[in-house]
Amino acid sequence: MSKFRDLVIGTALATTLAAAPALAEKLGLGRAALPEEIAAWDMDVAPDGTGLPVGSGSVEDGEMLFSENCAVCHGEFAEGVDNWPKLAGGDGTLDDADPLKTVGSYWPYLSTVWDYVHRSMPFGGAQTLAPDEVYAITAYILYSNYLVEDDFVLSNENFLDVAMPNADGFIVDDRDQVELPLFSQEPCMSDCKDSVEITMRAAVLDVTPDELTEDVAREQEAIKAAAAAQQAAPIKLPDPKLVAAGEKVFAECKACHQVGESAKHRVGPVLNGVVGRQVGQAEGFNYSPAIRKAAEQGMIWDHATLDAYLASPRSVIEKGRMSFQGLRSEDDREAVIAYLRTFN
Amino acid sequence: MTDRSQPSTTRRGFLKAGLATGGAMAAGGAALAAEPDPLITEVQPWAQGLGEGVDATPYGLPIEYESDVIRRNVPWLTADPISSINFTPIHALDGTITPQGCAFERHHSGAIELRKEDYRLMINGLVDTPLVFTYEDLERFPRVNHVYFCECAANTGMEWAGAQLNGAQFTHGMIHNMEYTGVPLRTLLNEAGIKPEGKWVYVEGADASSNGRSIPLEKALDDVLVAFKANGEALRKEHGYPVRLCVPGWEGNLWIKWLRRIEVTSQAIESREETSKYTDTLADGTSRKWTWVMDAKSVITSPSPQSPIKHGPGPLVVTGLAWSGRGAIERVDVSLDGGKTWQTARLAQPGQAMALSRFYLDIDWDGSEMLLQSRAMDSTGYVQPTKAQLRDVRGLNSIYHNNCIQTWWVRETGEAENVEVS
Repeated sequence: MSKFRDLVIGTALATTLAAAPALAEKLGLGRAALPEEIAAWDMDVAPDGTGLPVGSGSVEDGEMLFSENCAVCHGEFAEGVDNWPKLAGGDGTLDDADPLKTVGSYWPYLSTVWDYVHRSMPFGGAQTLAPDEVYAITAYILYSNYLVEDDFVLSNENFLDVAMPNADGFIVDDRDQVELPLFSQEPCMSDCKDSVEITMRAAVLDVTPDELTEDVAREQEAIKAAAAAQQAAPIKLPDPKLVAAGEKVFAECKACHQVGESAKHRVGPVLNGVVGRQVGQAEGFNYSPAIRKAAEQGMIWDHATLDAYLASPRSVIEKGRMSFQGLRSEDDREAVIAYLRTFN
Repeated sequence: MTDRSQPSTTRRGFLKAGLATGGAMAAGGAALAAEPDPLITEVQPWAQGLGEGVDATPYGLPIEYESDVIRRNVPWLTADPISSINFTPIHALDGTITPQGCAFERHHSGAIELRKEDYRLMINGLVDTPLVFTYEDLERFPRVNHVYFCECAANTGMEWAGAQLNGAQFTHGMIHNMEYTGVPLRTLLNEAGIKPEGKWVYVEGADASSNGRSIPLEKALDDVLVAFKANGEALRKEHGYPVRLCVPGWEGNLWIKWLRRIEVTSQAIESREETSKYTDTLADGTSRKWTWVMDAKSVITSPSPQSPIKHGPGPLVVTGLAWSGRGAIERVDVSLDGGKTWQTARLAQPGQAMALSRFYLDIDWDGSEMLLQSRAMDSTGYVQPTKAQLRDVRGLNSIYHNNCIQTWWVRETGEAENVEVS
């Protein structure tokens, strides 16, 4: 068998060489990257601190920033909301039946936190935080894991002094040494075991999503019809079916917007009463200059404007901050507007 | 409007129909029909009238009768569909190439829309000349074609603690297999000139998550592909249009979509996706990192919970998929009795390195219960392990890289269920 294997690998190599284009000299394609361009895109930070900009931020500032930018998903104390990641806690749980992996209990490098917050957070508003704000939020996450005191200030100077509890908790992939010898034995073909018992069944748990049944299909048709009717007569109260469908669509908005009695401003403003109102009127929200300008010009969130905005935010407010791709489906837009109307 | 008096396409409908046919066969045999079939004896509307003209659908979609062959999501898995995953309907596909429209999606900040005109690819870091390429530049490099599977490291990850999701789509559907056209990464790196201190490349996408990952230079110079076509056409938005990375045989998270930057570095960046995620925690609480290779694996796609046997006893095609990140699939064995005895299945074609293989076992089913399993062997001699073997080494909390042998319990009715066996 090993001879056969060598033959196969030999053949594969020969084929690859024959199929691949000959390794050529440089073709002179592309152009030199400018230093400004590299600076704009090359923002990764390595474990040894390479890539960290000069700056600092305190736990105190971080607490406020975290509350404004992060708590809607991660909780005021980094404890996590719903299914969103918990960032604190879980100390000593990695060998438990149900480990809790957080920045404190699991992440081996602080550079990863800084890098990720800086480039990808907050969700839906990536790269809006200045370096000092990222230092402050990182400091607060450390504090929420009891890794620093409340008067701590994190900076590029003391960054590498912070000890991460699970820094030594990782090993490089050892499957080739540990598993390959075990799993490369000649397999058994008959009399491999005396008896076979079923020890667990998926149907008992019953967590598999349903197929698209005729009932569900009918439901979807009904929502479509309701959406069409709503569009024809937008003055009427929204159809409850449409509202329910809109609530589902609103899941896409929830990362940044809240509605309802206890709603608070997050990355985006509270949307209670938004339908039919003048643009930029949510009390206490720090609107972008673009929205403020639209408000001065008397723009109203009427049905047509909202619909266009939801389809493509930046085609309505060109320099707005809402970094949302837009809702492609007219039915979805109709449904979400109907849902928002219920908070008027 | 099309006549809707088709047989039900729901699973329950199939099962009902299957039972009826099965009964008839047991009583009368397959060769004799009791009365003439009106589908044959009566002129049908489609044989009389006219069908749709050309251009009715300038870009064709599957016929409506196949509307259940779609990607599906498991909503409770993640907090939000924008940072989530769905599953390829492998239970309903055959052959090996995955159509783009039903190939699983995994986004960390949603599927973005990036025009070719707005596309830029930067190579920087430890290179002689940092470069920027446009999409048109990429099209002028010599290109290659390869079929590769892309499997999420978390495929089958929900099954570590026990049989959980009831369907091959959900247990094994975080995989697709396409023919890619693109430029070898080494060609682009050669254009920039790698400095001797360069040991890694850090690759990232243009979306908000950027999903940055570190790849050893050795792999980057070996077979990594900067791809812009899949199955002959442009990549779909959800798969990284206009340009993605293919990292053959390695976990899908490395296959950066909307690829925008490749940095040659002296060290791994240890980004979020290679520390807090995509690391595999063992029973003692230590975690493996840099577990890039996808181990050999297989699954029977039919019969399976979403693809029950509808025809009763007699000839039955047992079929499935096998793949390995270490090489080609050499052999697949199938067991009908939960692993007591095995027989070698037929590979539809000789295995191709880092691509899906289709296998078939054609049996005469006697109508009794089966515990169906498949077991893949790759060109390195690696044999797909049982879940018990994996648990012995790794415990229950690895999340990723679960390549265990899967069991489907097929009942006399033809229904199948995801189970674990001793």
